Amino acid sequence: MSDPNSEGEADWKARRGRNIALALGLILFVILVFVVTIVKLSGNVATH
Amino acid sequence: MAMATAHPETRAPARWQDYFQLLKPRVMSLVVFTALTGLICADRPINPILAGVAILCIAVGAGASGALNMWYDADIDAKMRRTRGRPVPSGKVQGADALALGITLSLFSVMLMGMALNWFAAGLLAFTIAFYAVVYTMWLKRSTAQNIVIGGLAGALPPVIGWAAASGSAPLNAWLLCAIIFFWTPPHFWALSLYTSEDYAKAGVPMMPVVAGAASTRRQILIYALLVVPLCLAPAITGLGGAAYLGVAAAGGLVFLLLAWRLFRSRAGEAVGERNTDGLYDVRAGAKDARNLFAFSILYLALIFATLLAEHLMGAAPLELFR
Repeated sequence: MSDPNSEGEADWKARRGRNIALALGLILFVILVFVVTIVKLSGNVATH
Repeated sequence: MAMATAHPETRAPARWQDYFQLLKPRVMSLVVFTALTGLICADRPINPILAGVAILCIAVGAGASGALNMWYDADIDAKMRRTRGRPVPSGKVQGADALALGITLSLFSVMLMGMALNWFAAGLLAFTIAFYAVVYTMWLKRSTAQNIVIGGLAGALPPVIGWAAASGSAPLNAWLLCAIIFFWTPPHFWALSLYTSEDYAKAGVPMMPVVAGAASTRRQILIYALLVVPLCLAPAITGLGGAAYLGVAAAGGLVFLLLAWRLFRSRAGEAVGERNTDGLYDVRAGAKDARNLFAFSILYLALIFATLLAEHLMGAAPLELFR
């Protein structure tokens, strides 16, 4: 892992971009699991 | 393992776009398209959100296997013009990062598919990823000229996964879609390899033109074309495709056969010509015929799957042949 104190502008920008992409990916996954749970729950409730 | 020493030190800082390139987005788009066709052709009511999740899982799974492939193949990718700019051989992404991304996305995609849709589809997805990464990439690709024939199964399975995601089963018609892609793959890839065989030879990849020669490859392309075109007509018989499908598959099939015949009669893949009067080297003999078949093979597959998709979305009646 690079030392944030010694990295240049390009490294900082690239790291920031990667972090944002990773955060968005994780948020999307959490939302997907939530939505899928609601969809499956409502489907099961409707059948009872 | 040859690839252990092949990953160069990372030179430039890796951007998120470099990681995205590891997922082979162009291959992913074809996988999404064929998987969507399978999912729609299942003709089962499915919640649109769950359908979207299924397609996303298949796309991410395909991307994961692409990342695993790029991790393992970095040494041979570095030797080929077509692939030397990929993130790992170019040093943008470290091999270990590509491996980690591939494994993580594989686990997430299979897990989500199982939880959201069904575990049969998840199992098929896991099998497909493992088959591409382990059986094709690590074993077949470097050991046999039949690499893309057998390995083509990984690329042929997405419609079956899509079908299984929608219905929980994989009937004959789902496997028919799989068979079409499976038998379409050799003429498609070998046409490409006829004009890129120098690259494969340099990298030590036993592609058919390198091992068996150009003439044998052209003959085998014709044989596979003779197999795949009737197979593409079969959905019209089994009730999967309608009149529009039959028309597109038949007309496109004739063009496919014509181009395969022209390629067979050409000198595609033969040695580079002598220096001509302009002081330039001749283009590789018959390369145009190989390029034509390669380009049309993509169009043909896209057309027949798009027609199937359209027919099922619009509720077109299947043909009543043999009923």
